[in-house]
Amino acid sequence: MLRDITIGQYYPTESVIHRLDPRTKLFGTVVFLVSLFVSRQLSAYILATLFLFGVIRLSNVPFKFITKGLKGVIFLLILSVSFNLFLTPGREIFRLGFLKMTWEGLQISAFMALRLIYLVLGSSVMTLTTTPTQLTDGLERGLGILKKFGVPVHEIAMMMSIALRFIPILIEETDKIMKAQMARGADFESGGLVQKAKAMIPLLVPLFISAFRRASDLAMAMEARCYHGGEGRTKMKPLVYAARDRIAYLVLWLYLAAMIGSRFLPL
Amino acid sequence: MSIRVENLTHIYQEGTAMESYALDDVSFRIEDGSFIGLIGHTGSGKSTLVQHLNGLVKPSSGTVYFNEEDIFAPGYDLRALRGKVGLVFQYPEYQLFEETVLKDVMFGPRNMGASDREAESRARTALGLVGVEEELFEKSPFELSGGQKRRVAIAGVLAMEPEVIILDEPTAGLDPAGRDEILGMINDFHHKKHISVLLVSHSMEDVAEYADKILVMKQGRLMYFDTPKNVFAHRKELEEAGLSAPEMCYLADELRAAGLDVDPVMSTVEEAADEIMRALRERGAIPAAMA
Repeated sequence: MLRDITIGQYYPTESVIHRLDPRTKLFGTVVFLVSLFVSRQLSAYILATLFLFGVIRLSNVPFKFITKGLKGVIFLLILSVSFNLFLTPGREIFRLGFLKMTWEGLQISAFMALRLIYLVLGSSVMTLTTTPTQLTDGLERGLGILKKFGVPVHEIAMMMSIALRFIPILIEETDKIMKAQMARGADFESGGLVQKAKAMIPLLVPLFISAFRRASDLAMAMEARCYHGGEGRTKMKPLVYAARDRIAYLVLWLYLAAMIGSRFLPL
Repeated sequence: MSIRVENLTHIYQEGTAMESYALDDVSFRIEDGSFIGLIGHTGSGKSTLVQHLNGLVKPSSGTVYFNEEDIFAPGYDLRALRGKVGLVFQYPEYQLFEETVLKDVMFGPRNMGASDREAESRARTALGLVGVEEELFEKSPFELSGGQKRRVAIAGVLAMEPEVIILDEPTAGLDPAGRDEILGMINDFHHKKHISVLLVSHSMEDVAEYADKILVMKQGRLMYFDTPKNVFAHRKELEEAGLSAPEMCYLADELRAAGLDVDPVMSTVEEAADEIMRALRERGAIPAAMA
């Protein structure tokens, strides 16, 4: 059960999107997310749709995987759609007591739903085509300027990669500890909120102790291999821009310009 | 007490391209009062099998009968079962969590519904069985040494007074002296409290010394379920399964090849010593008076 959770959801396959520099993809994701909010014109939504599905097609990731991320926001989606559908004033379509569905409501909730879905899909493309290591490398390089302001960029990136690396290990450990306590009759399922919270102690205490122990061992192992922070540290796989990245940046800027430009269009 | 496993099959990721058989049609029966060894190479299905016996894992097909009751039947009380079929995982010291040693050992009996007084009395008995001194009872389990922590963890399961106790590699990570101590302790409470034991192990020597019968697993299938001697006679098959017979058996092979007629399945060092002496006496190489 616990083994099914895949963090980062990287989908390994060959595609031009997979081969892009992670910095390009990070920039692309930010641009796309921003673009969803710069214009409310229909033409903007059409352009965003074309762009998004074009990128998805280029990524060679099966559509089924891309939509997995939507499971998390289903509830939020239904909630905001129903609110906007029935509580927006305007020209009435039909009514159910005091709940009035209007054309305006329909329009607003449709676009809002679309925006939310595209937000999720856009970010999913990022995580599906970039390994967690590439992501942190990209962030570390991307946020490099902050070093001038004293922000420990390297340390933060290192902490992120280590945390990502240990998630599957800790999930497995949780599974083991849970089974060991269940073998002693522990019950994690029945009872109210308070009882369930108390039942977590035999699970959380050993888990925390285990995490600290691992952290301590890892720190020692890193020091034994002369790790001393980011100063003067080189990379085995340095990030280098290729032609495809330059093209991608061009496409992204053009896309953003077009989205902003759509505000001045009639539709 | 009896555990009967019938056509137990467990398939990982059934229906996908990555499906694999962790257990494939395994059947056997454990009788009351026995000491059974379970051996197999890494990935042979030992841990998966053992987790079915107290209902922690459900099979894809087949079932397990405890005292002739199907434990996977709807409505069967699995929590109560876990009080009777105790399971000690590998490196059990990592599951300790309570403020004091005594409280941690009381966790099991309390979950089984025992009152505080009852649980405490059982905990004290259990700690006595594993050889943990009373001075340590009020200490935090995290202050103890690795070996002591492991004993406390085992006591935690013994305190539930199970009818059978399953131990998954209880000697993992211990030095030879530690291994002897733990195994001796297990054998001790096996006899003292008439608790049946299922010992999962990598070590043929350990299993040879204590087990009445051995279950040999290979890639999810049950290869043998027989007395140690009978199992060790199948050297080649064991090797093909990624296992080996006890060292002394190989010594026996070499001695026999050199002409000394020792028992080909002598398993422990003591046994080997006796066998060699006997064979030498028979030959007349040493006077009969030397025993």
